[in-house]
Amino acid sequence: MTSMTARASFIELDARARAFALLDGGTARELCGPFDRIESPWLEPQGVVPQSDDGVVVVRGKLAGRAVVVIGIEQAFQGGGIGEVSGVKIATALSLAARDSRAGVPTAAVLLLETGGVRLQEANLGLATVAEVCAALLELRPLQPVIGVIAGMLGCFGGMSIAAGLCTELIITSEGRLGLDGPQVIESEAGVAEFDASDHPLIWSIDGGAQRIRTGLADTLVPDDVAAIRAAVIEGLGRGVPADHRSGWIDSLGALLAAVDPTDPPEPADLPAIPSKGDER
Amino acid sequence: MQTLNFEFPADRPPARRAHVGVAGSGDLEVLMTPGPVGVARVRVRTSVDGFDTVWRVVLERFFARHPVSAGFELNDAGATPGVVALRLRQAVEESMEEDGK
Repeated sequence: MTSMTARASFIELDARARAFALLDGGTARELCGPFDRIESPWLEPQGVVPQSDDGVVVVRGKLAGRAVVVIGIEQAFQGGGIGEVSGVKIATALSLAARDSRAGVPTAAVLLLETGGVRLQEANLGLATVAEVCAALLELRPLQPVIGVIAGMLGCFGGMSIAAGLCTELIITSEGRLGLDGPQVIESEAGVAEFDASDHPLIWSIDGGAQRIRTGLADTLVPDDVAAIRAAVIEGLGRGVPADHRSGWIDSLGALLAAVDPTDPPEPADLPAIPSKGDER
Repeated sequence: MQTLNFEFPADRPPARRAHVGVAGSGDLEVLMTPGPVGVARVRVRTSVDGFDTVWRVVLERFFARHPVSAGFELNDAGATPGVVALRLRQAVEESMEEDGK
Protein backbone atom coordinates (compact mmCIF):
# COMPACT_ATOMS: atom_id res chain seq x y z
CA MET A 1 0.00 0.00 0.00
CA THR A 2 1.36 3.39 -0.90
CA SER A 3 1.72 6.02 1.73
CA MET A 4 -0.99 8.64 1.93
CA THR A 5 1.53 11.35 2.68
CA ALA A 6 3.32 13.02 -0.19
CA ARG A 7 6.98 12.17 -0.63
CA ALA A 8 9.49 14.92 0.02
CA SER A 9 12.13 14.71 -2.69
CA PHE A 10 15.74 14.54 -1.52
CA ILE A 11 17.13 14.91 -5.06
CA GLU A 12 15.49 18.30 -5.52
CA LEU A 13 17.34 19.72 -2.49
CA ASP A 14 20.72 21.39 -2.81
CA ALA A 15 23.65 20.04 -0.78
CA ARG A 16 23.07 22.34 2.20
CA ALA A 17 19.35 21.56 2.40
CA ARG A 18 20.15 17.82 2.10
CA ALA A 19 22.55 17.97 5.05
CA PHE A 20 20.11 19.92 7.21
CA ALA A 21 17.22 17.60 6.20
CA LEU A 22 19.12 14.52 7.43
CA LEU A 23 20.06 15.88 10.84
CA ASP A 24 17.85 16.06 13.93
CA GLY A 25 15.97 19.36 14.05
CA GLY A 26 17.84 22.16 15.81
CA THR A 27 21.14 20.27 16.08
CA ALA A 28 22.73 21.24 12.76
CA ARG A 29 25.66 23.65 12.74
CA GLU A 30 27.54 24.43 9.55
CA LEU A 31 31.35 24.61 9.67
CA CYS A 32 33.41 26.59 7.21
CA GLY A 33 30.24 28.05 5.68
CA PRO A 34 29.66 30.54 2.86
CA PHE A 35 30.42 33.60 5.01
CA ASP A 36 33.86 32.21 5.87
CA ARG A 37 34.49 32.70 2.14
CA ILE A 38 36.99 29.89 1.84
CA GLU A 39 36.69 29.67 -1.92
CA SER A 40 39.03 28.22 -4.50
CA PRO A 41 41.90 30.58 -5.41
CA TRP A 42 42.43 28.73 -8.72
CA LEU A 43 39.15 29.34 -10.53
CA GLU A 44 39.05 33.13 -11.00
CA PRO A 45 42.45 33.29 -12.78
CA GLN A 46 41.06 30.67 -15.19
CA GLY A 47 37.90 32.65 -15.86
CA VAL A 48 35.58 30.52 -13.74
CA VAL A 49 33.25 32.10 -11.18
CA PRO A 50 33.99 30.63 -7.72
CA GLN A 51 31.47 29.74 -5.05
CA SER A 52 31.80 30.93 -1.45
CA ASP A 53 31.85 27.38 0.01
CA ASP A 54 33.72 25.84 -2.95
CA GLY A 55 30.83 23.45 -3.45
CA VAL A 56 31.20 21.44 -0.24
CA VAL A 57 28.94 21.79 2.78
CA VAL A 58 30.12 20.50 6.18
CA VAL A 59 27.50 20.29 8.92
CA ARG A 60 27.95 18.94 12.44
CA GLY A 61 24.90 17.73 14.33
CA LYS A 62 23.02 14.74 15.65
CA LEU A 63 21.26 11.97 13.78
CA ALA A 64 18.85 10.01 15.96
CA GLY A 65 20.79 11.44 18.90
CA ARG A 66 24.19 10.29 17.63
CA ALA A 67 27.00 12.76 16.86
CA VAL A 68 27.69 12.92 13.12
CA VAL A 69 29.25 15.16 10.56
CA VAL A 70 27.41 15.37 7.24
CA ILE A 71 29.56 16.32 4.26
CA GLY A 72 27.60 17.24 1.15
CA ILE A 73 28.95 17.90 -2.34
CA GLU A 74 26.94 20.46 -4.34
CA GLN A 75 26.31 18.92 -7.75
CA ALA A 76 25.22 22.20 -9.36
CA PHE A 77 28.61 23.87 -8.83
CA GLN A 78 31.24 22.68 -11.32
CA GLY A 79 29.52 19.30 -11.63
CA GLY A 80 30.39 18.51 -8.02
CA GLY A 81 34.06 18.64 -9.05
CA ILE A 82 36.58 18.34 -6.24
CA GLY A 83 39.25 21.02 -6.03
CA GLU A 84 41.95 21.83 -3.50
CA VAL A 85 39.67 23.64 -1.06
CA SER A 86 36.59 21.42 -1.37
CA GLY A 87 38.70 18.27 -1.10
CA VAL A 88 40.52 19.51 1.98
CA LYS A 89 37.20 20.44 3.58
CA ILE A 90 36.05 16.82 3.18
CA ALA A 91 39.35 15.32 4.33
CA THR A 92 39.61 17.62 7.36
CA ALA A 93 36.01 17.00 8.42
CA LEU A 94 36.65 13.22 8.34
CA SER A 95 39.96 13.61 10.19
CA LEU A 96 38.39 15.75 12.90
CA ALA A 97 35.61 13.16 13.32
CA ALA A 98 38.35 10.53 13.81
CA ARG A 99 40.15 12.77 16.31
CA ASP A 100 36.92 13.36 18.26
CA SER A 101 36.17 9.62 18.17
CA ARG A 102 39.59 8.82 19.62
CA ALA A 103 39.08 11.51 22.26
CA GLY A 104 35.94 9.85 23.55
CA VAL A 105 33.32 11.66 21.45
CA PRO A 106 32.36 9.03 18.85
CA THR A 107 31.52 10.94 15.66
CA ALA A 108 30.29 9.13 12.55
CA ALA A 109 30.25 10.61 9.06
CA VAL A 110 27.73 10.79 6.25
CA LEU A 111 29.01 11.61 2.76
CA LEU A 112 26.55 12.96 0.19
CA LEU A 113 28.35 12.03 -3.01
CA GLU A 114 27.25 13.87 -6.15
CA THR A 115 30.41 14.45 -8.10
CA GLY A 116 32.08 13.98 -11.45
CA GLY A 117 35.40 13.56 -9.63
CA VAL A 118 38.38 15.88 -9.67
CA ARG A 119 37.78 19.39 -11.00
CA LEU A 120 39.78 19.72 -14.22
CA GLN A 121 40.87 23.31 -13.43
CA GLU A 122 42.68 22.04 -10.33
CA ALA A 123 43.76 18.69 -11.73
CA ASN A 124 46.83 17.72 -9.69
CA LEU A 125 45.76 19.49 -6.50
CA GLY A 126 42.35 17.86 -6.82
CA LEU A 127 43.91 14.42 -7.22
CA ALA A 128 46.11 15.01 -4.19
CA THR A 129 43.14 16.03 -2.06
CA VAL A 130 41.12 13.00 -3.17
CA ALA A 131 44.00 10.89 -1.84
CA GLU A 132 43.74 12.84 1.42
CA VAL A 133 39.99 12.21 1.51
CA CYS A 134 40.59 8.46 1.09
CA ALA A 135 43.28 8.48 3.79
CA ALA A 136 41.01 10.35 6.23
CA LEU A 137 38.14 7.99 5.44
CA LEU A 138 40.39 5.01 6.22
CA GLU A 139 41.40 6.76 9.46
CA LEU A 140 37.78 7.16 10.57
CA ARG A 141 36.13 3.96 9.40
CA PRO A 142 37.72 1.57 11.94
CA LEU A 143 36.41 3.90 14.69
CA GLN A 144 33.00 4.94 13.41
CA PRO A 145 30.85 4.13 10.37
CA VAL A 146 31.14 6.31 7.26
CA ILE A 147 27.87 6.11 5.32
CA GLY A 148 27.88 7.17 1.67
CA VAL A 149 24.67 8.39 0.04
CA ILE A 150 24.35 8.64 -3.75
CA ALA A 151 20.90 10.10 -4.32
CA GLY A 152 21.37 11.52 -7.84
CA MET A 153 20.84 12.99 -10.27
CA LEU A 154 24.52 13.48 -10.96
CA GLY A 155 25.90 10.33 -9.41
CA CYS A 156 29.39 9.58 -8.16
CA PHE A 157 32.29 9.18 -10.56
CA GLY A 158 36.04 9.63 -10.86
CA GLY A 159 38.33 9.81 -7.85
CA MET A 160 35.45 10.22 -5.44
CA SER A 161 34.00 6.88 -6.56
CA ILE A 162 37.07 5.37 -4.89
CA ALA A 163 36.07 7.15 -1.67
CA ALA A 164 32.55 5.74 -2.20
CA GLY A 165 34.06 2.26 -2.48
CA LEU A 166 35.81 2.76 0.87
CA CYS A 167 32.61 3.72 2.72
CA THR A 168 31.32 1.41 5.43
CA GLU A 169 27.99 1.25 3.62
CA LEU A 170 26.55 2.81 0.48
CA ILE A 171 22.95 3.97 0.14
CA ILE A 172 21.74 4.65 -3.39
CA THR A 173 18.53 5.51 -5.23
CA SER A 174 17.42 4.17 -8.63
CA GLU A 175 18.27 7.63 -9.98
CA GLY A 176 21.78 7.49 -8.49
CA ARG A 177 24.78 6.24 -10.46
CA LEU A 178 28.17 4.95 -9.41
CA GLY A 179 31.17 4.34 -11.64
CA LEU A 180 34.91 4.94 -11.80
CA ASP A 181 34.86 6.52 -15.26
CA GLY A 182 31.73 8.38 -16.26
CA PRO A 183 29.97 7.40 -19.51
CA GLN A 184 31.26 10.41 -21.45
CA VAL A 185 34.82 9.81 -20.31
CA ILE A 186 34.66 6.19 -21.49
CA GLU A 187 33.14 7.23 -24.81
CA SER A 188 35.73 9.94 -25.46
CA GLU A 189 38.64 7.69 -24.44
CA ALA A 190 37.59 4.35 -25.94
CA GLY A 191 35.06 5.24 -28.60
CA VAL A 192 31.31 5.05 -28.98
CA ALA A 193 31.50 1.31 -29.73
CA GLU A 194 32.86 0.77 -26.21
CA PHE A 195 30.24 2.88 -24.47
CA ASP A 196 27.51 5.07 -25.98
CA ALA A 197 27.10 7.96 -23.53
CA SER A 198 23.80 8.98 -25.16
CA ASP A 199 22.29 5.55 -24.40
CA HIS A 200 20.61 6.20 -21.06
CA PRO A 201 19.19 2.67 -20.57
CA LEU A 202 22.75 1.34 -21.12
CA ILE A 203 24.19 3.78 -18.54
CA TRP A 204 21.64 2.84 -15.90
CA SER A 205 21.97 -0.87 -16.68
CA ILE A 206 25.64 -0.62 -15.67
CA ASP A 207 26.07 2.37 -13.35
CA GLY A 208 22.49 2.73 -12.06
CA GLY A 209 21.62 2.35 -8.39
CA ALA A 210 19.43 -0.76 -8.79
CA GLN A 211 22.17 -2.56 -10.75
CA ARG A 212 24.88 -1.52 -8.28
CA ILE A 213 22.76 -3.14 -5.55
CA ARG A 214 22.31 -6.33 -7.63
CA THR A 215 26.05 -6.58 -8.25
CA GLY A 216 26.86 -6.00 -4.57
CA LEU A 217 28.70 -2.70 -5.00
CA ALA A 218 26.09 -0.76 -3.00
CA ASP A 219 24.09 -1.90 0.02
CA THR A 220 20.70 -0.22 0.39
CA LEU A 221 18.32 0.88 -2.37
CA VAL A 222 16.05 3.72 -1.29
CA PRO A 223 13.36 5.81 -2.99
CA ASP A 224 13.94 9.53 -3.53
CA ASP A 225 12.40 10.52 -0.22
CA VAL A 226 13.90 12.50 2.67
CA ALA A 227 12.36 10.29 5.38
CA ALA A 228 13.38 7.03 3.66
CA ILE A 229 16.97 8.17 3.11
CA ARG A 230 17.23 9.46 6.68
CA ALA A 231 15.89 6.15 8.00
CA ALA A 232 18.38 4.19 5.86
CA VAL A 233 21.28 6.33 7.14
CA ILE A 234 20.19 5.79 10.76
CA GLU A 235 19.99 2.01 10.16
CA GLY A 236 23.41 1.99 8.55
CA LEU A 237 24.93 3.94 11.45
CA GLY A 238 23.22 1.54 13.87
CA ARG A 239 25.02 -1.45 12.34
CA GLY A 240 28.27 0.15 13.46
CA VAL A 241 31.74 -0.76 12.29
CA PRO A 242 31.85 -4.14 10.47
CA ALA A 243 34.53 -6.79 11.00
CA ASP A 244 35.66 -6.33 7.41
CA HIS A 245 34.89 -3.78 4.72
CA ARG A 246 33.90 -4.36 1.11
CA SER A 247 37.13 -2.74 -0.09
CA GLY A 248 39.02 -5.46 1.79
CA TRP A 249 37.50 -8.31 -0.21
CA ILE A 250 40.44 -8.34 -2.58
CA ASP A 251 40.10 -12.01 -3.56
CA SER A 252 36.42 -11.95 -4.38
CA LEU A 253 36.64 -8.61 -6.20
CA GLY A 254 39.64 -9.90 -8.13
CA ALA A 255 37.70 -13.04 -9.04
CA LEU A 256 34.91 -10.82 -10.33
CA LEU A 257 37.36 -9.10 -12.68
CA ALA A 258 38.83 -12.43 -13.78
CA ALA A 259 35.36 -13.76 -14.61
CA VAL A 260 34.77 -11.02 -17.19
CA ASP A 261 36.22 -11.45 -20.66
CA PRO A 262 36.70 -7.93 -22.09
CA THR A 263 36.66 -9.26 -25.67
CA ASP A 264 33.23 -10.77 -25.07
CA PRO A 265 31.68 -8.66 -22.30
CA PRO A 266 28.57 -10.00 -20.54
CA GLU A 267 25.19 -8.37 -21.06
CA PRO A 268 24.27 -5.97 -18.23
CA ALA A 269 21.43 -8.33 -17.24
CA ASP A 270 23.96 -11.14 -16.71
CA LEU A 271 26.29 -9.11 -14.46
CA PRO A 272 24.56 -9.92 -11.15
CA ALA A 273 24.90 -13.67 -11.86
CA ILE A 274 28.69 -13.53 -12.06
CA PRO A 275 29.90 -15.51 -9.04
CA SER A 276 32.02 -14.28 -6.17
CA LYS A 277 29.77 -11.41 -5.13
CA GLY A 278 29.34 -11.53 -1.39
CA ASP A 279 31.29 -14.81 -1.10
CA GLU A 280 32.96 -13.49 1.98
CA ARG A 281 29.87 -11.91 3.44
CA MET B 1 34.44 36.03 -16.52
CA GLN B 2 33.90 39.64 -15.49
CA THR B 3 33.76 41.48 -12.16
CA LEU B 4 31.42 44.47 -11.82
CA ASN B 5 30.91 46.83 -8.89
CA PHE B 6 27.84 48.94 -8.25
CA GLU B 7 26.48 51.24 -5.52
CA PHE B 8 22.88 52.25 -4.97
CA PRO B 9 21.23 54.47 -2.35
CA ALA B 10 19.62 52.32 0.35
CA ASP B 11 18.15 53.17 3.76
CA ARG B 12 16.67 49.88 5.06
CA PRO B 13 19.04 47.85 7.25
CA PRO B 14 18.45 44.10 7.07
CA ALA B 15 17.96 42.10 10.29
CA ARG B 16 20.71 39.61 9.51
CA ARG B 17 22.94 38.22 6.78
CA ALA B 18 21.59 35.78 4.21
CA HIS B 19 22.91 33.24 1.72
CA VAL B 20 20.89 31.81 -1.17
CA GLY B 21 21.50 30.02 -4.46
CA VAL B 22 24.32 28.16 -6.13
CA ALA B 23 26.81 29.31 -8.79
CA GLY B 24 25.50 26.59 -11.09
CA SER B 25 24.43 26.86 -14.72
CA GLY B 26 21.63 29.42 -15.13
CA ASP B 27 21.68 30.28 -11.43
CA LEU B 28 23.67 32.45 -9.05
CA GLU B 29 24.79 32.57 -5.45
CA VAL B 30 23.96 35.64 -3.33
CA LEU B 31 25.73 36.54 -0.10
CA MET B 32 24.15 39.44 1.71
CA THR B 33 25.91 41.07 4.69
CA PRO B 34 24.47 44.00 6.69
CA GLY B 35 26.43 47.19 5.98
CA PRO B 36 26.36 50.92 6.75
CA VAL B 37 22.96 52.55 6.28
CA GLY B 38 22.73 54.71 3.19
CA VAL B 39 24.24 52.47 0.58
CA ALA B 40 23.93 49.05 -1.02
CA ARG B 41 27.25 47.84 -2.39
CA VAL B 42 27.08 45.10 -5.01
CA ARG B 43 29.93 43.06 -6.42
CA VAL B 44 29.02 40.84 -9.34
CA ARG B 45 31.27 38.10 -10.65
CA THR B 46 29.64 36.75 -13.78
CA SER B 47 30.63 34.01 -16.19
CA VAL B 48 29.17 36.01 -19.11
CA ASP B 49 31.09 39.09 -20.29
CA GLY B 50 29.60 42.25 -21.74
CA PHE B 51 26.29 42.59 -19.92
CA ASP B 52 27.30 45.61 -17.75
CA THR B 53 24.27 47.64 -18.81
CA VAL B 54 21.80 44.82 -18.23
CA TRP B 55 23.22 44.25 -14.73
CA ARG B 56 22.96 47.97 -13.93
CA VAL B 57 19.34 48.13 -15.06
CA VAL B 58 18.31 44.93 -13.24
CA LEU B 59 20.00 46.03 -10.00
CA GLU B 60 18.71 49.63 -10.24
CA ARG B 61 15.17 48.36 -10.54
CA PHE B 62 15.64 45.97 -7.60
CA PHE B 63 17.13 48.55 -5.23
CA ALA B 64 14.50 51.13 -6.19
CA ARG B 65 11.92 48.70 -4.74
CA HIS B 66 14.05 47.16 -1.98
CA PRO B 67 16.57 49.75 -0.76
CA VAL B 68 18.35 47.29 1.57
CA SER B 69 21.57 48.72 2.98
CA ALA B 70 23.87 45.74 2.77
CA GLY B 71 26.84 44.32 0.95
CA PHE B 72 25.80 41.96 -1.86
CA GLU B 73 28.21 39.46 -3.38
CA LEU B 74 26.82 37.78 -6.47
CA ASN B 75 28.55 34.75 -7.97
CA ASP B 76 26.75 34.30 -11.27
CA ALA B 77 26.82 31.39 -13.70
CA GLY B 78 24.68 32.88 -16.44
CA ALA B 79 21.41 33.54 -14.63
CA THR B 80 18.71 35.43 -16.55
CA PRO B 81 17.55 38.84 -15.24
CA GLY B 82 14.41 37.16 -13.89
CA VAL B 83 16.42 34.62 -11.88
CA VAL B 84 18.71 37.39 -10.57
CA ALA B 85 15.71 39.41 -9.33
CA LEU B 86 14.16 36.33 -7.69
CA ARG B 87 17.39 35.36 -5.90
CA LEU B 88 17.89 38.92 -4.59
CA ARG B 89 14.29 38.96 -3.41
CA GLN B 90 14.83 35.58 -1.72
CA ALA B 91 17.97 36.86 0.05
CA VAL B 92 16.12 39.92 1.35
CA GLU B 93 13.20 37.77 2.55
CA GLU B 94 15.56 35.33 4.28
CA SER B 95 17.31 38.22 6.02
CA MET B 96 14.01 39.24 7.56
CA GLU B 97 12.85 35.78 8.70
CA GLU B 98 12.72 35.08 12.41
CA ASP B 99 14.59 31.78 12.24
CA GLY B 100 17.59 32.68 10.10
CA LYS B 101 20.41 30.18 9.65
